[in-house]
Amino acid sequence: MNAENQIWALISTFGLMSLFAVGGAAAAEPEMHRIAVDVHHWMTDKQFADAYAIAQLSPGPNVLIVTLIGYAVAGIPGALAATLAMCLPTALLAYYVSRLLNRPSQSRWPGLIQAALVPLSIGLMAASALILAQSTDRTIAALLLTATVAVVASVSRINPLWLLLVGGLLGFAGIV
Amino acid sequence: MTEDSAPAAQERDQERDQEPDRPATHAVPPGLLALFLAFARMSLAGFGGVLVFARQAIVEQHRWMTADEFNETFALCHFLPGPNIVNLSMVFGARLRGIAGGIAAFAGLLLPPTLIMTVLAIIYARFGDVEVMRRILAGISCAAVGLLIAVVFRMMIPLLKRLDAVALILMLGLFLAIGVLRLPLQAVLLVAIPVSVGATFLMRRKVAA
Repeated sequence: MNAENQIWALISTFGLMSLFAVGGAAAAEPEMHRIAVDVHHWMTDKQFADAYAIAQLSPGPNVLIVTLIGYAVAGIPGALAATLAMCLPTALLAYYVSRLLNRPSQSRWPGLIQAALVPLSIGLMAASALILAQSTDRTIAALLLTATVAVVASVSRINPLWLLLVGGLLGFAGIV
Repeated sequence: MTEDSAPAAQERDQERDQEPDRPATHAVPPGLLALFLAFARMSLAGFGGVLVFARQAIVEQHRWMTADEFNETFALCHFLPGPNIVNLSMVFGARLRGIAGGIAAFAGLLLPPTLIMTVLAIIYARFGDVEVMRRILAGISCAAVGLLIAVVFRMMIPLLKRLDAVALILMLGLFLAIGVLRLPLQAVLLVAIPVSVGATFLMRRKVAA
């Protein structure tokens, strides 16, 4: 496949995937692995695991693992194409839906639906936190770190970056 | 959108003095550059997820939204397809400054980290081993989960203060279904969304009557 075809493959793959990624980028992670490693052979299993680690470790939304996949496939143009394909169509969709719901009107349904989604959204976030905690907190030290950070960040207004830095240092030292 | 919900509005009037989550003003929306820079800053701070920093900047630091408005905007972006914090940047920016504001926030959120990612990808292609990075990541992930728990707690505060039993039961139900029982998300939402909309409708009719 030549470079242009590769870029179209990236755009169509991630553009389509984003439309089915309801509930956050974490939900799309297994599907990304399947497509990038098993279907298209864009990356090896280890390359994908490393890309996942780099994406988690870098600032910005974790969905930007697609930037790394795009780069592996087609260099810098691939990185940009994959990022925009994953992010822009759904962002525009969200814009139109939000505008539709917030149009001044007599109907109270838009506000009602939005209010009804709030507890579901928070419940889903809490579930994600539990699932993530179960996969990362495999030692007592790790569990203690998570619990301490949760309490400190809930009751104080400390900059969260300090807490992440402490976590990184403890990880580097091999404690958690 | 909370303005049409009577209980929420009353609650917030009572809480005017001690509640830190009130926007200073809606009258002066930030400019396009301010939006771009604000989202670039939350994005660059956002190791292990941007939501923590987005809520801190929008609700606590700039007071561009109340805690309730943030919850509703995030919930909408959460249940629409696509990366939710990217959706949030577009929806939030557009609410303050139209489509140009949406694009400014979207670009601020994505441009700096995309550049950093690309540089990291080039470094990785050359050196290829990230064992030390993975050790550091293990520690950061533990702290990031802690931060996520804290932001979920903070987002819950408006519901807790209101003693909104229906909302709290729905929230707990979704948490148990997805987090503990690990039921498939699509099936759970197919049931939970109509139930929640129905319950909210009945509650509001009762309040209005």
